[in-house]
Amino acid sequence: MTNGSASLVRFQDAAASAEPEIRSFMGNEAIARGAWEAGVKVGTAYPGTPSTEILESLGTYPAEDVDAQWSTNEKVSLDVAIGASFGGVRAMCAMKHVGLNVASDSLMSQSYIGVNGGLVLIVCDDPGMHSSQNEQDSRVFGQFAMVPVLEPSDAQEAKDFTKLAFALSERFDTPVIVRSTTRLSHCRSPVVLGEREQFSTKGFKDIPSKHVALPSNARIRHPIVLEREQKLKEYMNASSLVRWEPGSKEFGIITLSTCYTYVREVIPQASILKLGASYPLAEDVVRRFCDSVERVLVAEELEPVIEKELRAMGIEIEGKKYFPRVGELSPEILREGLHTAGIINELPKTTDFNVETVARPPVLCAGCSHAGTYMALRTIDARVMGDIGCYTLGAIEPLKAMDACVSMGASIGMAVGMAKANATDKPIVATIGDSTFMHAGIPPLIDAVYNNANITVLLLDNHTVAMTGGQDHAGTGRTLRGEETHRIDFEQIIRAIGVKWIKTVDSYDVGSLFRTYREAIQYDGVAVVISDRPCALDPVKIKGTPFQVRSDGCTACQMCMNLACPAISWSNELFDGHHKVKIDQTTCIGCSMCAQVCPSDCIQLNEAGAT
Amino acid sequence: MSTSTSAAVKREARLDTAVAEPTNVLIVGVGGQGVITVSKILAQLCLQNKLKVKQSEIHGMAKRGGAVFSHVRFGSEVYSPTIPLGQADILLALEWAEGLRWLSYLNPDSGTFISDTQMIIPPFSCRDRERGATSNYVHRTLDQVKQHVPNAFAVDATGMATELGNPRTANTVLLGMLSTALDFTVEDWQAIIAQSVPPKTLQVNQKAFVLGREWIQSDKHIAAREHVEEATPPAAPMVDNVVVDLEITEAWCKGCDICVKMCPERCLVLNSNEIVELTDPDACTGCRLCEWLCPDFAIAVHVQKIETTVAEHR
Repeated sequence: MTNGSASLVRFQDAAASAEPEIRSFMGNEAIARGAWEAGVKVGTAYPGTPSTEILESLGTYPAEDVDAQWSTNEKVSLDVAIGASFGGVRAMCAMKHVGLNVASDSLMSQSYIGVNGGLVLIVCDDPGMHSSQNEQDSRVFGQFAMVPVLEPSDAQEAKDFTKLAFALSERFDTPVIVRSTTRLSHCRSPVVLGEREQFSTKGFKDIPSKHVALPSNARIRHPIVLEREQKLKEYMNASSLVRWEPGSKEFGIITLSTCYTYVREVIPQASILKLGASYPLAEDVVRRFCDSVERVLVAEELEPVIEKELRAMGIEIEGKKYFPRVGELSPEILREGLHTAGIINELPKTTDFNVETVARPPVLCAGCSHAGTYMALRTIDARVMGDIGCYTLGAIEPLKAMDACVSMGASIGMAVGMAKANATDKPIVATIGDSTFMHAGIPPLIDAVYNNANITVLLLDNHTVAMTGGQDHAGTGRTLRGEETHRIDFEQIIRAIGVKWIKTVDSYDVGSLFRTYREAIQYDGVAVVISDRPCALDPVKIKGTPFQVRSDGCTACQMCMNLACPAISWSNELFDGHHKVKIDQTTCIGCSMCAQVCPSDCIQLNEAGAT
Repeated sequence: MSTSTSAAVKREARLDTAVAEPTNVLIVGVGGQGVITVSKILAQLCLQNKLKVKQSEIHGMAKRGGAVFSHVRFGSEVYSPTIPLGQADILLALEWAEGLRWLSYLNPDSGTFISDTQMIIPPFSCRDRERGATSNYVHRTLDQVKQHVPNAFAVDATGMATELGNPRTANTVLLGMLSTALDFTVEDWQAIIAQSVPPKTLQVNQKAFVLGREWIQSDKHIAAREHVEEATPPAAPMVDNVVVDLEITEAWCKGCDICVKMCPERCLVLNSNEIVELTDPDACTGCRLCEWLCPDFAIAVHVQKIETTVAEHR
């Protein structure tokens, strides 16, 4: 099978068939389907694993049904959705957990203001940090902002809960969060399709006392939010979101989200209370459930959100005593916890053949335009403030040219601070990707110029949001649906900010990179170098004539391996006891960087290997 | 559904659980091999046969050469999207080390292990630049695996696919092998493959499927065992143990920086007098590059044998 890409199939109307159609959907696709069925008109997001496919999938529905767009960052995306809600239509915005940090400014106030058209936030957490910088639990944000948090357990529920979220949002005049996790977002399971609800616009409602976040208005709104919380609790008590599955009288489990599926897997004989929402709690049902069994455990991933609530209600329960607060829950971990708690006797039998296989950490791709950049950067011996993207991998050996990385767009601000601290003789460099620069890199660059910081900023422009799988952004000149649009010109923006020293280099021209970086760090003030080359994978998979090693010329210095290219590894031949190298012909895309750094000139084009 | 063939999953009744357990297939490999494609095909097949099915994988790092895995579970009811430890009925590995990595998920009593003998040695495991260095890629043969796993098959699927003319159909060869262990008809499999692959590769994919299917039904896998032993990664080269000493003639160095820039270990710097200096003697592997590149003969690399064997030294 040569086609390994997870292409999203364009939706075809299923109304014609009599029996409801069942499809295998990824959690994210199911969420998009739920939103579409709910009649959503505007959908927005900034790409972020594991949430990215939600908007990609929404973008496969007809353009006349839904406006699906990539926004510059999560806050903008929420603001667009808020505007659409004010305008009277149903609106959704999707983000990864850390994206909610960016969007939270608007969320906190919007909670007071409420909605006109239904407003739903999809927040995808990443327990276990498969592709994230932290594993914060977004449910806490729900409590904090006092907005309901629905927690589906599989793709069917992901669709149903999303649909319901719009109705709840309008009924209770509140934004609603649907919280997913990586395990739900990226798991496929069958989903029964429904039809699209015809939702006509409610029109703008002119209620300034509600819609304008002035202190005097907010003082009136806050008590209303508290009343809303009470009403939501009553709703939850009677809602089908909460499911009581009777079982053993001795032992009960309160659970939700994918944790429910682990509970059903491991201990189906227990009494189970499956919550559909972590906030607000269905307090009456929970009390009755706890009274009905002798011992109750709460099984939830990450923070003890439900557990603490129950404790505050004065209910004796156990939870994090047996289950970890870090990482993903799994059937094994649940089983282990229940074993420690003395509830199950046996642990699973496994084969007694456990071997250290080989470490296979993620690496930059063959032909990645960041490789040369970081190799050059390491040789200028700078203090490098990094940012979020594929290029964060430049922090590990052998590139090892990044000293710190915190959050989206933080690099430039951190570099300003490093410069102001004046604690090092080394030049101070910030590296930031094109999309990250758009997302949150422009205000700190203004700050750097405004405050006369002596720093060098490397803008690594690979023309895509590479880390999340190659989405478009304002600098690519294409919209989410692939239509042409205005392409933001980085150089113009940077000049307009007031940066005097700007140079653009080809990221594959290693010599130029070395020279340009040296010049840039010598400049006193803010210097910006734009390293320009498209990503080797997206939007077009690049495959040029591969390079090969002329083995008799290789002195096994392994200089080329400093590029961390996955196409280059040891050959079986030795030179003076050291391994010579070879280049995998199918992986090599012909970027030529290894040939440029080879001191013995033994890496050459393999014309015969051209495809 | 037809009855299953040779390596069929033998499902023993487990009375200790209330629900009928689903069938668990764990598919693993390296980014770009087609793990997700294989699991999607299987999941789609289950769906068409009106089974409940869950397919769970992690996206994000897959493209970047990382390990990829996909859990496929199907039956009358499926709860957890991931296969519990020790309960995979089949472990299908598109790469040797990845197969071994997930062995603990295989059912120790009745699990079937099917693995490509292809070894994708990540550059990450070739990071030791010392003389006589070895890759830390796992050294295990099928015989060792067989001692611990009831049904183990190792096959050069990539080689078979290459002979067919398209090495990327290795995953379809393995799919053919997998098909013998599950209760779906050949027609169903072929139909789903036809839906899932690009039309121009359909023929080669269908051939690949048949090839894999026939291989496991024949006795070829017994002969192929020797191949696995051959395919183990190169053993440690026997080299003399040495000490490396760098002699820098300061008077001849003019600070041109060539050696500093070109040192693969990056263990040279120019000091405050613009003279080259070895900052990290432990990192120096004695590759002699600086010696050869210095226009002024300011560096000499002395490599001296010492009288221990590599094994003793390590």
